[in-house]
This record gives sequence, C-alpha cells and structure tokens, in this order.
Amino acid sequence: MNIVVLVKQVPDTWSERKLTDADHTLDRESADAVLDEINERAVEEALKLQEAHGGEVTVLAMGPDRATEAIRKALSMGADKAIHVSDAALHGSDVLATAKVLAKAIGTVEGVDLVIAGNEATDGRAGAIPAILAELLGLPQVTQVRKVEIDGTTVKAERETEEGVAFLEATLPAVVSVTEKINEPRYPSFKGIMAAKKKKVDTLSVADLGLDPAEVGLTGAWSSVLEAAPKPPRSAGQRVEDDGNGGAQIAEYLVGQKLI
Amino acid sequence: MSEVLVLVDHIDGEVKKVTFELLTAARRIGEPSAVVVGTPGTAAKVRDALARYGAAKVYAAESEDAVTYLTTPKVDALATLAGSASPAAVLISATVEGKEVAGRLAARLNSGLLVDVVDIDADGVGTQSIFGGAFVVKAKVGNGLPVITVRPGGVEAEEADGAAAEAAVELPAVDAAKSARITGREQIVGGDRPELTEASVVVSGGRGVGSAESFAVVEKLADTLGGAVGASRAAVDSGYYPHQFQVGQTGKTVSPQLYIALGISGAIQHRAGMQTSKTIIAVNKDAEAPIFEIADFGVVGDLFQVAPQLTEAVAKRKG
Repeated sequence: MNIVVLVKQVPDTWSERKLTDADHTLDRESADAVLDEINERAVEEALKLQEAHGGEVTVLAMGPDRATEAIRKALSMGADKAIHVSDAALHGSDVLATAKVLAKAIGTVEGVDLVIAGNEATDGRAGAIPAILAELLGLPQVTQVRKVEIDGTTVKAERETEEGVAFLEATLPAVVSVTEKINEPRYPSFKGIMAAKKKKVDTLSVADLGLDPAEVGLTGAWSSVLEAAPKPPRSAGQRVEDDGNGGAQIAEYLVGQKLI
Repeated sequence: MSEVLVLVDHIDGEVKKVTFELLTAARRIGEPSAVVVGTPGTAAKVRDALARYGAAKVYAAESEDAVTYLTTPKVDALATLAGSASPAAVLISATVEGKEVAGRLAARLNSGLLVDVVDIDADGVGTQSIFGGAFVVKAKVGNGLPVITVRPGGVEAEEADGAAAEAAVELPAVDAAKSARITGREQIVGGDRPELTEASVVVSGGRGVGSAESFAVVEKLADTLGGAVGASRAAVDSGYYPHQFQVGQTGKTVSPQLYIALGISGAIQHRAGMQTSKTIIAVNKDAEAPIFEIADFGVVGDLFQVAPQLTEAVAKRKG
C-alpha cells in the first residue's frame, strides 16, 4: 500500500491573515505558518493504513522554502520520505495550476495506491483540490470521508456532507480526502522528531516536473483578482445591558429591521 | 443572449433554495438554463419550480447511474453542454459537492474557476469574502468558460417567468474504474428545521449554553423564527450539540438574513463562518466578548433570561 499524503503549510488561523498590496496574493510572511490541522489527520490516516497493509508513505507539499517545516512535522509523525515542490514560478498559482503541479508530482512516485489529502485548507478554502486531482489523474474520487477502509483492491468509505452520509466504494488506486472526524492525529515522539531529520526530502522544480513555468503561478492563472481590500470592519451596532427587558428589545429591533 | 448553465440542487424532486438564487444570479449574465442530473423523470418533477425562477431551458441529464456514482455524472452533463450550448458561464452552488463538481469541470474544460462568490455582476465579476470575512476580493475569469460557485444565501432569490423548455442530454457511460460508486445513503435527519446553510435565520449556541439539555432554549427560539440551529466549535467540542451543526472555520459557512448568537464569544474561527450574515444579534454575559464588535444589536446579559423573552415576543407577534 503505497500512499502519497498531501500537506500544506498555511497561515495560522489565530494570526492576522492578509493579502499583499502588490499582487493580491497571500502574504505568507505576515502570519505564523503552521501545518494545516486537517493535514495531520491525513498523515495519521495514511500511517494507520500503512500499519495495517504495509508499503510506504510519501509526503508531498508545494510551497515556498518555509514549507519544509510542515514537511518535517509530517515526517516526524512517521511518514517515510517527502517531495517538496518549490519554485519561484509557482507564486500566485490558482487552484487549477496547483492541482496540475500536484498531479505531476504524484506521477513521480512509483506504484501509488492511494492519494490522501485533507478535505479543505484553512486559507484558500476552495475544497476542490482532491476532486480535481481525481479528474486529472483519472482516478475514483473518494472525498470528504469520515471513515475509510481497504479491502483487497477496494476502498470503502463514508462520505459526509451537508446532505448527509453516502457510502462509497471504488477500486484502487484512488484519491481520498478526509474530514475532521476521521481520527485524532498522534503527536510526534522525540524519537520521531530525531528520525525525521534524516529522512529524504526531494526538492523538485516546475521544470523537473516537465511543466512550463507559464502554465503556473500568476501568469498561468485563468482567473484574476481585480481588486482586494480589507473589509471595513463590521462596526459594532447598538449594545444594551439587559435590565430584564433585553429579549423584548431585540424583538423591537427585529421589527424595526422588518426581520419579523 | 447567451445561455448560463445552472446546476440544479435537488433531493428526490425537491429543488433547493440555492438553485433559485443561482437562477436569479444567472439572469444578470444571460439566459438561465437549468441542468437537472438525476434518475429518469426528475426533470419533469422539478420543471415548474425552475420555471418560476426564470429558467428558459431545462436540460434533463437522466439515467439510473446519475445518482449512483459520485460527482462524475454531474461533471459529464455540464461538460457535454459546455460543448453543445456554448454558455457564457456555469453557476454551481458552493456546497461541499458543488465545489468539487466545479473544480473537476474547470479542470476538464481547461477553464477558469471562481470559488465561493457571495455576489456576481453582469460581466461575471464575482465578489468573494475570504479569511473569514476579513478581506473582500473581486475577481474575474480571464480564459475559457467561467465556472463559478456561489455561496448559498449570497444572492437573494427573485421570481421571474421562464419557459423552462425541456431538452434531453445524453450522459456518457460511467467508467467504473475512474468513479466512486455510492452503495447507500443516509439523509440528515433535521426534522422540520431548514438546513443550516440554506436557512434565512440561524440561531446558534456556544459554550455559554452550558449543556446539551440547555440547547432547548436555542432550538425554541430557532423554531419560533422558522430558522436553523447552529453551534460554535466550543459547544460542539463540549458535546452540547452534534458536529454537523457547527458554524465556523472548521464547520459550515452560513450567510443568513438574520444570525442570532447566544452565549458565543465570537472567536475569529467562529466569525469566519457567519460574518457575511446580513444582520447579527448577540447575547452574551461578557461585555468584552468579541462577538459584540460585529453585532448589529447586542445584549449584555444572561441568555437564559433574554432568549425565552425574545421567543415569547416573536411568538406573540406571529400570533
């Protein structure tokens, strides 16, 4: 069972997140960067499947040099090796370009049975990368799952969305994305942290993947940002102390706004 | 006028509100064509509802496989029509599945993708609210057919007469090696309450509610207002309310006309999921709670006093 796990370094949601003035891309320097929480669950699930079925777990990340921190974290949890796609040309890549790069990078790993990713990153929140990867790789899409198991060459999973639960079945190889409910990720042990320092991390450029730099980054993006501005902070409206009449006051306000 | 394809969200022949919102948005850009993917007979069932919101055409992409394979039949139907109808844009609801369908379609057509817009104009310029509402971005697709996902509640649905002329679309056979088969489903049992992301009123409870039993106070207010019930992550993590109702960064994003936060402090992670609500009401004991910074009307007080009083006042008004 050879598994590729996608990880991403994102600005910590607890820090202030901004777009740069120059080109409206994410200001990655201004915020604390962390391994996106959902990725830890993806790594955990890959390790669990590896424990049950053997094989190798490869971590794949695309991002600037700083993303090595997120990669090391995944390796310290127990993944075997990593691929880091890093190239200045990737700056400003949109969802589709990102998926193209990831699909190519997955293609460099031999005999992949499963690709596992988090369902949605906390920064972009497109929630579409795993599905697009399934499209580009021509593999079954087994996404948004809260439970996954492998039975021979079949993957069975429970997908949970706002519509409810769907029970899925597909043949391997497949692309899986996991939700928050899939598991509780392990903490890296001291031994794991030490071992991670010696694990192999291959750094690949856009050219190494056989892609034209013009296809990725801001120039290759097929959608463009016309303008971006911090939202004028929602100003605090009226505030009252409850003097025993607070509920009635809200009702009055709602009537005034024609909401009831 | 060019056609604008709208993928219809439906469950067993019942069209979801977001579809009417998409048809309304589509009319700004061109002539709305509703695309129904389902088992044979589905389009006929939903045709009248689509006509009421201005659908000029209703494409029926029907087969037994349409509902037994995940996302690919929808992508196949839209990709086929993108070729034959030369639409000006494709609009899809920004639900979990909608975003996946849109991503796959854009990749297949080599088109640009706009994700989760809260508004859209006649030129196809979408407004996005990102980082939990901290930034407003206007973006446009430069190349190819624009594939756009629209956040439920972002655009207000307006009725308009449409001819809803039915036309069949043939779905290609599903390649089982490239698709996931759906072997069973469990619908969410939400009772009589509207679905969280579709509701025009959402009443949410936080840590301040204190227990699972006390959530009855939140539910009563929601039911009186005909709204959905939500919960903050703190309330979900404490086991007061099920995860499927979580609003915020790691839960659902809602954009209702009215959002009432009871006993929710308003951490950025929660605000990320509700900041684009039109009107926000907050009740919290702590006068310093950040939720008050974004509330249109706030009451500093005990939610167990304030909420029942409000419930009663609303009930009285509704007679």
